[in-house]
Amino acid sequence: MTDADLLEMYRTMVLSRTLDQRIWQMNRQGRAAIVASAQGHEAAQVGAIRALDPERDRFYIYYRELTTMLALGITPLELLLGFLAKDGEPLSGARQFPLHGAIDRSRRDIVSFSNVVATQLLQAVGVALADKMRGEKRVTVAYFGDGASSMGETHEAMNFASIHHLPVIFFCENNKYATSVPLSRQMNIESIAARADGYGMPGIEIDGFDPVAVYEAVGAAAIRALSGDGPTLVEAVVERFLPHTSDDDDTRYRPPEELEDIRKFDPIPAMEKLLRSSGALDDALDDEIKGSAQKIVNQATEDAENAPFPEPHDFYEQVYAPGSPGDQS
Amino acid sequence: MPEITVIEAVRAALREEMERDPTVFMLGEDIGKRGGVFLATDGLIEQFGEERVIDTPLAEASIGGIALGAAVNGMRPVAEIEFADFIWPAVNQIIGEAARVRYGTHGRRTAPLVLRVPYGGGVRGGLFHSQSIEVAFAHQPGLKVVAPATPYDAKGLLKSAIRDDDPVIFLEHKRTYRLVKGDVPDGEYTVPIGVAEVKRAGSDVTVVSYGLVLHYCLEAAATLAEEGIDVEVVDLRTLRPLDTDTVLASVRKTSKAMIVHEDTKAGGIGGEIAAVIAEYAFEDLDAPVMRVAGPEVPAMPFSPLLEAEFMPSPEKIAAAIRKLAAY
Ligand SMILES: Cc1ncc(C[n+]2csc(CCOP(=O)(O)OP(=O)(O)O)c2C)c(N)n1
Ligand SMILES: [Mg+2]
Repeated sequence: MTDADLLEMYRTMVLSRTLDQRIWQMNRQGRAAIVASAQGHEAAQVGAIRALDPERDRFYIYYRELTTMLALGITPLELLLGFLAKDGEPLSGARQFPLHGAIDRSRRDIVSFSNVVATQLLQAVGVALADKMRGEKRVTVAYFGDGASSMGETHEAMNFASIHHLPVIFFCENNKYATSVPLSRQMNIESIAARADGYGMPGIEIDGFDPVAVYEAVGAAAIRALSGDGPTLVEAVVERFLPHTSDDDDTRYRPPEELEDIRKFDPIPAMEKLLRSSGALDDALDDEIKGSAQKIVNQATEDAENAPFPEPHDFYEQVYAPGSPGDQS
Repeated sequence: MPEITVIEAVRAALREEMERDPTVFMLGEDIGKRGGVFLATDGLIEQFGEERVIDTPLAEASIGGIALGAAVNGMRPVAEIEFADFIWPAVNQIIGEAARVRYGTHGRRTAPLVLRVPYGGGVRGGLFHSQSIEVAFAHQPGLKVVAPATPYDAKGLLKSAIRDDDPVIFLEHKRTYRLVKGDVPDGEYTVPIGVAEVKRAGSDVTVVSYGLVLHYCLEAAATLAEEGIDVEVVDLRTLRPLDTDTVLASVRKTSKAMIVHEDTKAGGIGGEIAAVIAEYAFEDLDAPVMRVAGPEVPAMPFSPLLEAEFMPSPEKIAAAIRKLAAY
């Protein structure tokens, strides 16, 4: 990875954090109904996308993928429109929670049909099966949390993908909590990646605070997928800096020492330090990166606030195919 | 026109659609060399290979979810659930996800998949091989639910289902598979989804039904004809979206309506049909809308007399129609 690559990742992480903080703030002001923050997951998400091809590959995300979305080219304004349920939101016509729905396929194959955890894993496997049947060389990435790893569908997805050597990357962002339930109450093992063995595929556990390590692991998984060798389970260990969502209160279940502890290391200042020590970043450039993130987010906030809510004019459309039985449009 | 069975009609539709469209493929349990437990897919793996006739692990959620993913990505999967009784693990993917894909993405993705589901009782299947599962799916906007009763309709509707751009639950009544024979033309044809059919014209009473018991209604109608009661039998064929026009037109003609289904009465399709009739044809009615349906027990028992107690029969249906006609 060149300094330019690292700087690019740093820029996206800074933008993501700035936007994330803004959305959280807007929730507290009663302007954004619900937020699941990506703070703490930024390095893992940006590192993974760096190893993939946004045009070629397919992304079955879950709700905590703010940095992934930015890294894939979805704009802060589009994302804010989603968080405010405004017209012009790019995923669901503001019918769904933020970050749910699908981006126009001509632009990016980013999909998140529902809030129901782990459903996207089987869908991603079906998507990859279709690509394999047509001989298309693409990687499908299924994003999920440690909590979703307990779902039966996760097992079914990994099993099938491995049987058929499908080009899938199972990308687990292990923040050690499923809402309030800690890892020790979710599983009697230390590593989710270790389960890969049971499916006959490689599993790799990496430090999700290190974007370069994530980049390398996902890169290797992508090569394996594209050469027809099958899926990989990549587990990026991260921290969830904020409560599960804006409706949660993590002080009810995380001891104060733990909450203090997890913030001792933050991947964004760590990246800044790394870049400064290599000489790739100086005060002027850092000011520019942070200042421009602030400016972009301020402008997007203003534009999103001014955007109207969608009218229910197409409320009855897209239930069935146009003109097909049952269509009410 | 050759006479074939329902299972042969299903198989013919599958074969012809696989030949016609390379994006059509099948997945399910034992559908490969075994040809499916009912032989619906017999011979297809030999013709199309294991790439397009995929034996899945024994995992119904994966059958639903993988079919959905492939459908969203440009294929037309036809998945088989071995028995309707085992569909519940797939409900998360079908009702929860597939039904909402078009709406929840504002039309950016669609899910043109078919779930073929052998259902129904009268086959000595007991509690877990006899279930009627249609209302769970027919309740969900975004899904289409089809339940043919004859070989002609089974073939024509399955072809329509495979070509449809929305997720379709295709219900095949197990008892009709080999019991019901009928003429099916050699050439290409389809039967439209969402259109009911008057299977027997009559002037005294309208009986609305679908699936196996549709045939029992026709038997009852034949018996009653000898008694001077002229019964019109409407085959719904599609349970969502309902063809209420055909039902209402018939009721306006006869002024008496009965709904017959094997599924449990309370909360069944019959309740919806009765409500539609009450809402739009109340003034045409000369009698209360009646229903003959499965009893309020959790499922169909195994032993023959117990099973018979559960199932509607031509005799039970005829007795109920006599009452309605005399009202
Ligand atoms: C099937 C299902 N059960 C419960 C929920 C409610 N819920 C939403 S997120 C969540 C925790 C998920 O934890 P994890 O997968 O670790 O992801 P994280 O939020 O930590 O990133 C729960 C219980 C849900 N969305 N889906
Ligand atoms: Mg978690």
